[in-house]
Amino acid sequence: MANIATTCRSATGDALTPTPPILPVLALLLVFQLAGEALSHAFALPVPGPVIGMLGLLLALIVRGWRKGAASAVPPALERATQALLGHLSLLFVPAGVGVTTHLALLAEEAVPIAAALLISTLAAIAVGGLLMASVGPGSRPEEDQDEEGRR
Amino acid sequence: MIDGLSDIWVYLARDPLFGLTLTVLAYLAADRVYRHLGMHPLANPVLWSVIALALVLHVTGISYERYFEGAQFIHVLLGPATVALAVPLYKAFGTLRQSWRGIALALPTSVVVASLGAVGLALVLGAAATTIASLAPKAVTTPIAMGIAEQIGGLPTLTAVFVILTGIVGGVLGPPLLSLLGVRDARARGIALGAAAHGIGTARAFNEGPETGAHASLAMGLAGLLTALLLPVVWPFVRALM
Repeated sequence: MANIATTCRSATGDALTPTPPILPVLALLLVFQLAGEALSHAFALPVPGPVIGMLGLLLALIVRGWRKGAASAVPPALERATQALLGHLSLLFVPAGVGVTTHLALLAEEAVPIAAALLISTLAAIAVGGLLMASVGPGSRPEEDQDEEGRR
Repeated sequence: MIDGLSDIWVYLARDPLFGLTLTVLAYLAADRVYRHLGMHPLANPVLWSVIALALVLHVTGISYERYFEGAQFIHVLLGPATVALAVPLYKAFGTLRQSWRGIALALPTSVVVASLGAVGLALVLGAAATTIASLAPKAVTTPIAMGIAEQIGGLPTLTAVFVILTGIVGGVLGPPLLSLLGVRDARARGIALGAAAHGIGTARAFNEGPETGAHASLAMGLAGLLTALLLPVVWPFVRALM
């Protein structure tokens, strides 16, 4: 938490640069990923290392927001730099996606189970999610909910 | 002249820079077309750049391994990008405060149906164990899905393609399906699209409006987290059924 704050302060110190401070934030993300990988291996956790890193960063942001009393404020440097990275998230899937060329035979052989599984389970998940969410009722007195949460 | 050119070609095709440059160019072109077509799910830039690159590799006879020597420099950024997903997830938390009751009910159910539903169908229809493991995390955002696939014995590259196809199915058929079922509540539509069709569903949800989009973002993040925490734990039991 402290390290996010320092990283971002030093990064935003140079107010004239319009480009996001990608390098300090990349370092921060890599440190969280590395810590996640280390934890995953050390305790033989089944969860992927980067996901543990993501959970770590999320907790750091929650603790930071809770301490500062500004629940939704993300450090601007972190926000801008991650936006720059996530803005082209799709590009990062392409190298792995091209790997499908090495499994074309398998895809052709199992086309029917794959197509059925993808199509039916996705539509069922959307239907179930939408219907259950709608069944709880719009808002169910959202004002009160917000007060409750705000007092915590 | 021709000999000179083919020498240069042989040299370039071996260079890792070739795979890297080709990947960026193919994606930029596909992304431009995607934006030009109003970001329709069928014009998904990942799908079309993968198809274009696969054709180039096929025509030139360059192996995937050689291509990946260059493309890996893009691939390694998936890890930090996964960590970075904490930022949009944190920002979407405000939404959770408003609708946590519905989300607590709808989200885990949707995650289980999307994942174990696909596993069950593939199992019944006789798919191989590797295919089933690659299908299991297909409803969550690609970087998380690939990490899960690796953990449970699937093929991450296959998972990447299944994730994209899932997003296209959800993005194209999800909104009309929800309308058909009479689900008009923006929150419900957002949760359903984000939980079952990750980023592609979320992009579609933002087309419907900011409230739908915010709920979809939250659902996508939570679904990714939940699937990553649950699937590897449940997997030994699923494997016992195969």
